[in-house]
Amino acid sequence: MTAIRATNLTKRYGRTTAVAGLSFDVKAGQVTGFLGPNGAGKSTSMRMILGLDRPTSGTVTVDGRPYSKLEHPLRKIGALLDARAVHGGRSARNHLLAIAQSNAIPSSRVKEVLEMVGLGEVAGRRIGGFSLGMSQRLGIAAALLGDPEILLFDEPVNGLDPDGILWIRTLMRGLAAEGRTVFVSSHLMSEMAQTADHLIVIGRGALIADTSVAEFIGRSSQGYVRVRSPHLTEVASLLPDAELHHDHLRVTSRSPLEIGVLTAERGLALEELTFVQPTLEAAYMELTKDSLEYSS
Amino acid sequence: MIDVMRSEWTKMRSVRSTVWTLGAAGGLMLVVGVLGSLAVVSMQGGSGSYDQVSVSLAGLPFGALALATLGVIVISGEYRTGAIRVTLAAVPDRLRFLAAKTVVFTVVALVVGTAASFAAFLAGQAVFAGEGAAASLADPEVLRAVFGGGLYLTASGLLGLACGALIRHTPGAIVTVIALIMVLPVLAAVLTGETGRRIQEYVTSNAGSQITKVHPTGLAPWTGLAVYLLWVAVPFVVAAVLLRRRDA
Repeated sequence: MTAIRATNLTKRYGRTTAVAGLSFDVKAGQVTGFLGPNGAGKSTSMRMILGLDRPTSGTVTVDGRPYSKLEHPLRKIGALLDARAVHGGRSARNHLLAIAQSNAIPSSRVKEVLEMVGLGEVAGRRIGGFSLGMSQRLGIAAALLGDPEILLFDEPVNGLDPDGILWIRTLMRGLAAEGRTVFVSSHLMSEMAQTADHLIVIGRGALIADTSVAEFIGRSSQGYVRVRSPHLTEVASLLPDAELHHDHLRVTSRSPLEIGVLTAERGLALEELTFVQPTLEAAYMELTKDSLEYSS
Repeated sequence: MIDVMRSEWTKMRSVRSTVWTLGAAGGLMLVVGVLGSLAVVSMQGGSGSYDQVSVSLAGLPFGALALATLGVIVISGEYRTGAIRVTLAAVPDRLRFLAAKTVVFTVVALVVGTAASFAAFLAGQAVFAGEGAAASLADPEVLRAVFGGGLYLTASGLLGLACGALIRHTPGAIVTVIALIMVLPVLAAVLTGETGRRIQEYVTSNAGSQITKVHPTGLAPWTGLAVYLLWVAVPFVVAAVLLRRRDA
């Protein structure tokens, strides 16, 4: 089941290419992370999914149809793009009511989603006075209004405190557990490691990887064995591919057991023999280092 | 369509700018009408040669600007805050969105504009009644002129809505609509001769305000209103075409 399908999606602004021939499928019923450095084209892609920006070429469909052909789109897909993009003078309740009415969603649902995101107490207050965390919750309430099977969040944890981040993570996992599709963008690999099942990684508007989280780690960055020994030079001479890092060796071609056997045969004592798992963060840095728009 | 109209009504009634601009329109109509009537009565008494209907509706140009401002901000406000993306994600058929907003705005402007026009007329006539010189709605052309006040205010508001939808930027759109309603007629006044005079009659508020006059000074009342609505239609159609094409 494909919830969202992008085919050769391209967006140019004048001479700048924001998205370049991007093709991917977002599978239904799981959390898909949409990952890339700032400026990689994540937000532009999301706006094109929602029919807000018109692709220069290529197509994108939601549940097999272009967004503009959905009769009551919010009942199919709910989105949070920019939590601050609301009229500050309106109350939370009226803000949501207007959105609900436009898609023939019963007004009783407004109270429900406000309770769901913990804003029931401030339903009548002007949105302008909300903190970023509250605005984020309101944006998520708006996305949930139509009880949609697909949810799309653009950088939902940006600027949130740890409580807020934890809340959003739990919410996304919960939504996926209910069988919904969650497509969430982030520039933080560590964030995706916590929540996503699948990753679509882009850089400079083009696809870098489309893979499960586990595969992603395995494919892009190998682990290594860290070896410490009082006889570092002798040990290194036994392992042709060993790299010397300060006070230890890094070995990628042999397992800890092989290294242990080899050094034991020579009677060389070891201080440490550890297999170091690659981190998602390292894998991500490795993959995107060529596609950062502004490298520091 | 009804769903989208309900949504637009909720949006419109739930912000203070609506209350403020409509209140300003009504207040200015009433205050200017009454003060104008008092001034005329104190200078000329009950027997001068003045047009009681025109004097009581002297607040119309101010009311028109207030309505035009509201017309601008009901749409440019969505662009200013970025809320337009929430709106268009909910209603991807952009023409349906624009149509719903226009219908709701028109109904609100028509109700408030007509009420303000009648209130200003009646208050003004109450002043003239003290001198035994009040006009009556039963007099020829008076009812049309007072209703015309509401129509003129509504059309002015729609001109604001069209400019707001086209320019998408509040200050720019307000300056444009003021230029169209107030500055253009002044500029046109430098035109001389028979051709110049004819051209002046067709300029925005010169044409549109004839519907509010018992004794028209240019085009016939309904012709003038139709010409004014053409001034509204042009930016409106361009805005609709661009709304479908542009990124939100």
